[in-house]
Amino acid sequence: MSAVAHDDAHHEQHPYWIKRWLFTTNHKDIGTLYLWLSLLMFFIGGIMALIVRTELFQPGLQFVDPQFFLSMTTMHALVMIFGVIMPGFVGLANWLIPMMIGAPDMALPRMNNWSFWILPFAFAMLLSTLFMDGGAPAAGWTMYAPLVLQTGAAFPFLVFSIHFMGLSSILGAINIIATILNMRAPGMTLMKMPLFVWTWLITAYLLIAVMPVLAGAVTMLLTDKYFGTSFFNAAGGGDPVLFQHVFWFFGHPEVYILILPSFGVISSIVPTFARKPLFGYASMVYATASIAFLSFIVWSHHMFTVGMPLAGLLFFMFATMLIAVPTGVKVFNWVATMWRGSLTFETPMLFAIAFIVLFTIGGFSGLMLAIVPADFQYQDTYFVVAHFHYVLVPGSIFALMAAVYYWLPKWTGHMYNERLGKWHFWLTTIFVNLTFFPMHFVGLAGMPRRIPDYALQFTEYNMIETIGAFGFGLSQLLFVYIVVQTIRGGEKATAQVWDGARGLEWTLPSPPPYHSFTTAPEVK
Amino acid sequence: MPELVNSHERKRLHARLIAKLGLVVVGMFGFGFAMVPLYDVFCDLTGLNGKTGRMAVQDVEAQEIDENRTVTVQFVANLNQSMHWEFQPADTELRVHPGRLYTTSFYARNKAGHDMIGRAIPSVAPGQAALHFKKTECFCFRRQAFEAGEGRDMPVRFMVDTKLPEGIETITLAYTFFDVTETAALQ
Repeated sequence: MSAVAHDDAHHEQHPYWIKRWLFTTNHKDIGTLYLWLSLLMFFIGGIMALIVRTELFQPGLQFVDPQFFLSMTTMHALVMIFGVIMPGFVGLANWLIPMMIGAPDMALPRMNNWSFWILPFAFAMLLSTLFMDGGAPAAGWTMYAPLVLQTGAAFPFLVFSIHFMGLSSILGAINIIATILNMRAPGMTLMKMPLFVWTWLITAYLLIAVMPVLAGAVTMLLTDKYFGTSFFNAAGGGDPVLFQHVFWFFGHPEVYILILPSFGVISSIVPTFARKPLFGYASMVYATASIAFLSFIVWSHHMFTVGMPLAGLLFFMFATMLIAVPTGVKVFNWVATMWRGSLTFETPMLFAIAFIVLFTIGGFSGLMLAIVPADFQYQDTYFVVAHFHYVLVPGSIFALMAAVYYWLPKWTGHMYNERLGKWHFWLTTIFVNLTFFPMHFVGLAGMPRRIPDYALQFTEYNMIETIGAFGFGLSQLLFVYIVVQTIRGGEKATAQVWDGARGLEWTLPSPPPYHSFTTAPEVK
Repeated sequence: MPELVNSHERKRLHARLIAKLGLVVVGMFGFGFAMVPLYDVFCDLTGLNGKTGRMAVQDVEAQEIDENRTVTVQFVANLNQSMHWEFQPADTELRVHPGRLYTTSFYARNKAGHDMIGRAIPSVAPGQAALHFKKTECFCFRRQAFEAGEGRDMPVRFMVDTKLPEGIETITLAYTFFDVTETAALQ
């Protein structure tokens, strides 16, 4: 790729600013849009979390009324799941998959534009409910019937925004599968693909399998409320517990949709900074596939307390625990990759190591929750909150941050400020633990979740959590500063960027040309 | 993908794959709805969820009466939300022999000043007994229209199966009356 050809491509492909971003079909532009949306929603969802934490700083009701508090917990979850983590990883997929498999662009570029531009509408619709009569949805992101049917004017907006988010994810997933299966460079067999590509292939299959089920579930809620059906209405012979089954049939694979791409990111970063190939590549692929398969047969562990026969409880308990085996294989492989490697600790590696340690803590509390008699005790307490925040914040979010630091020099052509990056890492990691670790203790002691008030004995831990949450939130401003600074300039990055980096994306110049590989590279 | 320079060829490959994936999406959307009948079938087969067993009259007559065993059946009547009705069982409990058919009734009266439609949903506890609690006549699930001030007795004919597991001595049959005046008009 000569510099001249590169410049020509720029001239041809960059119309006016608005036209470029609105009509773009370029995988890098769309990836960038996804990542900015994700960052914006991260702060919106973060402000909601801080409202929750402010109210919980002290027992009693201080700042917001309980209905609004519940709106905040509900919207925080919806925004963070559908607006931050999912678009964040789709952004990474857009940027990286074509470069990693030696393709010029995504397989279906126009559809790619659609799958992104649906999202701002979906979130405008969701966030507009904050200003509606009856307030934003407040029945929890799980939208359990019949409680969610009491939502006011916001209800149809909630349902349709979920439909749009689902549509966007399905289109994105189809595009990713088509790209990976049909666009690989000659010689790039499936078992030579980078793990990030593998984990995304499997995630995309999970998405097309379960997002339609969620769409069906919320459609049933809609017809129950407005068209007199009785799917979940006991008066008509329906059953509210059925909603929980349909929802969690989507919901459990969804949590792996949120985490599998992180496994891909960590599997890319650890070998680079250990300067060793990934330990156990094939076992990583099979472990990912096993986790995806198992995710379909464990959903009822979210609802152990609804009243299930012993056989059901035992089946779902053991199936859930079985997931620890492939997950353990992954953690073992990452540790084995670092073993006796020439380790250096640049910011992406720091985030990756923190991911391995802290995600594992979240995995362990998940195992505790899988034990039926223990779950009867933990159900709906802050222990559950601690568990899923450990797997999602120092899990998925840390992986996203690690990925940004790792590939930002490739994307922008500039090195980020390493000193500030390390500051960001340490502040984030300390505050994340300050926020979420004490939740284990108050949860075990019986503090229920989704309630704006609590018993006096939980005060100290809640104060610590609130301080941690504000520290975590403010530290992310540093992240924005570092990213903007890197985009604007800085030390020029080489094509390879990291001396231990392997893979096709590092053979392209930094920043890469507008169309990644116009002639397919040969993979040996 | 090896040697795929021909863009026409690639388009065909994409189209085929998209068609397949699209089918998966449509199929899974349908599966979400299919879970509704599947769930009911599963509950009927296992007797989970307090759904009672169904039985034709001739099956009832074919049962042998187990005089040696006595089971207490309790009756509970509930009204949903702010439904201004009177609703109560004629007997609060009966001591029954498995295999014999019994009749009891529930009395309901519409105390509201306007016509209403109600619908009663039964539930049997404990869950293990639900499959073995058979009703040949029941006012449940059907819409019950009551004029303002109207009251009437509604019979329930039931039998406890002789195959009721050992150790179950008490069974509770609970009815909850729901106000479906508005939703009935919608349908």
